[in-house]
Amino acid sequence: MTGFVQTQSIDARTAPLDARRSLFRVLFGDVLSTVSTLAILFAVIALAPKLVSWGLLNGIWAGEGTQCTGAGACWAFLRAKYPFILFGIYPPGQYWRPVALIVIFIGLTLYSLPPKNWKTSTLWAWVIGTVVALALMAGGVPGLEAVPTDSWGGLPVTLILTVLSLGLGFPLAIALALGRQSELKAVKYICVAVIEGIRGLPLLSLLFIVSILLPLMLPDGLKIDKLLRALVAMTVFSAAYLAEVLRGGLQGLHNGQGEAADALSLSWWSKTRLIILPQAISNVIPPLTNTVVVMVKNTSLVLIVGLYDLLSAGRAALADPAWPAPFAETYGFIALIYFIICFSITRYTHWIERQNLFGVNR
Amino acid sequence: MGRRGLAIIGFAAALSGALAACSPAPKPASDAAPAGKAGSTLATVQKHGYVSCGASQANAGFSLPDDKGYWRGLDIDMCRAVAAAVLGDQDKARFVPLTGQQRLTALQTGEIDLLPRTTTWTMARDANGVNFTFPNYYDYTGFMVRAATGATKPADIKGASVCVQTGSITEVIFADVSWRQKLDLKPVIFDNVSATRQAFFSGRCDALITDASALYSVRATQSKNPDDYVIFAANDEANPLTPAVRHGDDQWFDIVKWVFQAQITAEYLGITSANVDEMLKSEDPAIRRLLGVEAGYGKALGVREDWAYQIIKQVGNYGEVYDRNVGKDSKLKIERGLNRLQRDGGLMVPLPFS
Amino acid sequence: MVWWRDQKFRAIVFQVLAAGAFLSLILWLTGNTAANLAKRGLTVGFDFLGRAARFPISESVLSYSPTDHFWWAYTVGLGNTLFITMIVALTATVLGLMLAILRREDNPLAQGAGTTYVEFFRNTPLVVQLLFWYALVTVGLPSIDAPLNPLPGVYLTERGLYLPALSLNGLDMPVRAKFNFEGGLNLSPEFVAMYLGLSLYAAAFIGEIIRGGLEAVAKGQTEAALALGLAPKQALNLVLIPQALRIIIPPMTSQYINILKNSTLALVVGYPDISFVTATTINQTGQALEGIFILMLVFFTISIATSVAMNLYNSRVALKVR
Repeated sequence: MTGFVQTQSIDARTAPLDARRSLFRVLFGDVLSTVSTLAILFAVIALAPKLVSWGLLNGIWAGEGTQCTGAGACWAFLRAKYPFILFGIYPPGQYWRPVALIVIFIGLTLYSLPPKNWKTSTLWAWVIGTVVALALMAGGVPGLEAVPTDSWGGLPVTLILTVLSLGLGFPLAIALALGRQSELKAVKYICVAVIEGIRGLPLLSLLFIVSILLPLMLPDGLKIDKLLRALVAMTVFSAAYLAEVLRGGLQGLHNGQGEAADALSLSWWSKTRLIILPQAISNVIPPLTNTVVVMVKNTSLVLIVGLYDLLSAGRAALADPAWPAPFAETYGFIALIYFIICFSITRYTHWIERQNLFGVNR
Repeated sequence: MGRRGLAIIGFAAALSGALAACSPAPKPASDAAPAGKAGSTLATVQKHGYVSCGASQANAGFSLPDDKGYWRGLDIDMCRAVAAAVLGDQDKARFVPLTGQQRLTALQTGEIDLLPRTTTWTMARDANGVNFTFPNYYDYTGFMVRAATGATKPADIKGASVCVQTGSITEVIFADVSWRQKLDLKPVIFDNVSATRQAFFSGRCDALITDASALYSVRATQSKNPDDYVIFAANDEANPLTPAVRHGDDQWFDIVKWVFQAQITAEYLGITSANVDEMLKSEDPAIRRLLGVEAGYGKALGVREDWAYQIIKQVGNYGEVYDRNVGKDSKLKIERGLNRLQRDGGLMVPLPFS
Repeated sequence: MVWWRDQKFRAIVFQVLAAGAFLSLILWLTGNTAANLAKRGLTVGFDFLGRAARFPISESVLSYSPTDHFWWAYTVGLGNTLFITMIVALTATVLGLMLAILRREDNPLAQGAGTTYVEFFRNTPLVVQLLFWYALVTVGLPSIDAPLNPLPGVYLTERGLYLPALSLNGLDMPVRAKFNFEGGLNLSPEFVAMYLGLSLYAAAFIGEIIRGGLEAVAKGQTEAALALGLAPKQALNLVLIPQALRIIIPPMTSQYINILKNSTLALVVGYPDISFVTATTINQTGQALEGIFILMLVFFTISIATSVAMNLYNSRVALKVR
């Protein structure tokens, strides 16, 4: 490291700018501002008319595939195909069941958002709601036609994979994170190996493993369907990533907390459950919600193992020979659904961060 | 659940099946199906109450769910015919959409009972854990190019970009053709049928190489003017697309083979889904044997006596299945060609049904 | 104290139990696999690596022909993976830096544009973005018969970008042959879509890392530097950036590893990276176990090597706390 000494005297500089600058100064005050302003304006002026004429003026809003001939966006395709994109190959007469699942999940999520609802009862509501939603999807009881998971598709699959992989992955993640902090060497190294092993692999190869190798690795005759297999991959994946986030929380905890608990002669279990975990988890709630976004986005990878999630359903819809395959519209629509989900969670994360939940300034 | 648990369940299924068989027989050509041996594919299918089949993710004419989510296609009907024969109901079939990479493993590991998914019968595949039944469609590999190029044979497309779909034998044929004839073809490879097809029509490639059946289907349904495109063979080999079953279950292997044979024989004998009920009264011994009026053949195979009747009644004979899915009554309008009965000059040979 | 309440004793028992459970899980899985393989008459082994691959690879940094062996096909796939990872990392870093600067501007237009970009790219799945870019590149650009020709020798078509290449005999210009442009340098749409998609996606994350790093350096540091008489540029170069770098570099490394992992999505748009080659190999040979093993080995090696390098760096630059 070399030191730096200012040897020459510096000329007097102009006074700092006014606190509030005029709009012109803000936009064209210096070279950088001017360049970025001009570039952005140019992009908007160049692209906006094209987008408007493509999407609005020349857009085809209704009709058959033959009417979509080129110049404009083929919104009619989305109009005809949105049930298929949203629900995949689920029997059309039964659409109310996936709709119910979506409503249950969204309802539970909305209810769980305010910190005042973070109670044990909410947890039970999630468990019961998930079971009810899945039972509704599967059917098989009198009055409710059985629908095998191979016919599930679209947004419900995306939501199921997200909710279950996070819900099942979280307890696993707690175990792994605690194990990693453990003083017992064997436990520690096993947890490190599992966490790092999974994090070292792309999710895609994990999906390969479960879709191609898992059937070989289980006893003969034990069949797991494709949805469950993808869920296994997503769950271990989310567990490893959540464990890393939790480790951050555990490490951020002051040593005194554990020592105080020991001094009160709490058992390891009571200490962990009552003192360590609540604080460690609440410290990392923003990064935890971030992991939720990551998992929502990752569900789109299951198209590689042939599940009909939102994206694969969209892709399958594009294969219909009666339509000219309007890619931009379809992917735009799918991207929008993902964006709404993920962006809401991101905004929520920011809001939570500002809440200063536990009244401690750190 | 271990192997033992499964054996117990299989045994229970067998027992209940046996009990059902002991109850008084309802009528000739009955639906009392003999139960499969414990642990066999047949027993598993009977226990589940459905046949589980591998399907493509999207392959119009062969396997594709329609707008209502009902699976349709030549390969789908193969599976439905097995369901009709074994369980008496063509809708007792479930379809698992599989990618090219997954399909063989899915069959080997027992996830599906039957793989009728445009799978070419090759030696390496046959030796590696699966048994191929009868080809249900003879295909060949072809190139489709724009007619304006004037190309009519592979040698005419030297230096062209060719769209290829991965996960199939096509890519090996492509490489062989390009290398043997020194064509310097530039491959553009996708893992997805619709992407490959779209790329060709958008102009990303000069040629599209795949099974000729698929080329005809694409040309008929995707092009503005089908006459703008020509299709020619990439080589002089036929690709027998063949439903496959797992190694190690001979009875199931036989059932699937004869389900298909029943459909060819029905066409040969002129039995269709429309006239099958009348044919029950026929004096022709061949027809009486096939439809189970003369009992014994179903039992020998291990299925219900009216198995062939159910197939023809519910699914139809091979000609009907062909015409409906890929032939003259479909959008694809593929000539029967090699897939005619041997009587008519094709490769579909009805085996002696006696 | 009773012997079974002894902490050391408990620790040993607990560890033995944990290790035993873990080992037996692994043994159970491998045992099942062996039994299943034997039962189905499947062969295991890497012999196939020495056989001719026979399948085509559409483009590669290393030269390849279908008559080459499977092991070379794997190497070629790995070469493509590393190549695209490196150039994407480079591009995304530059773009990310620009984004960070844009978002630190006072200019509301620049801030708005930067924020929109970051939010949009971070909140939609990369696969969707890749498919979108691919569709845009192939459907959006003109056909090869009417290419955009912005500069002599440069052609923009739905078959990609054709550029003059430097060769031993001077400039090698792309020339239109019967079906394609021959000669010159061709960037295929698959490559362009991957490059564009991965770079734009990673840039959004890298931009945030850089911005976060700059903001994490306490404001007092800059103020102190200015008070000491450093010019704003000097304050940035000598005080702000060196401190920010220490915060930025660890997440940047994991971001680079993410680019590597995300490049496996090439499967979707048809760029022949290592996962694409693995998928094709599994399909052609049926050797699923071996194929996936190789894929895992590659990623483990790279990940471990990077984290070792990272730890070394960290121990060198870590803040010396006295």
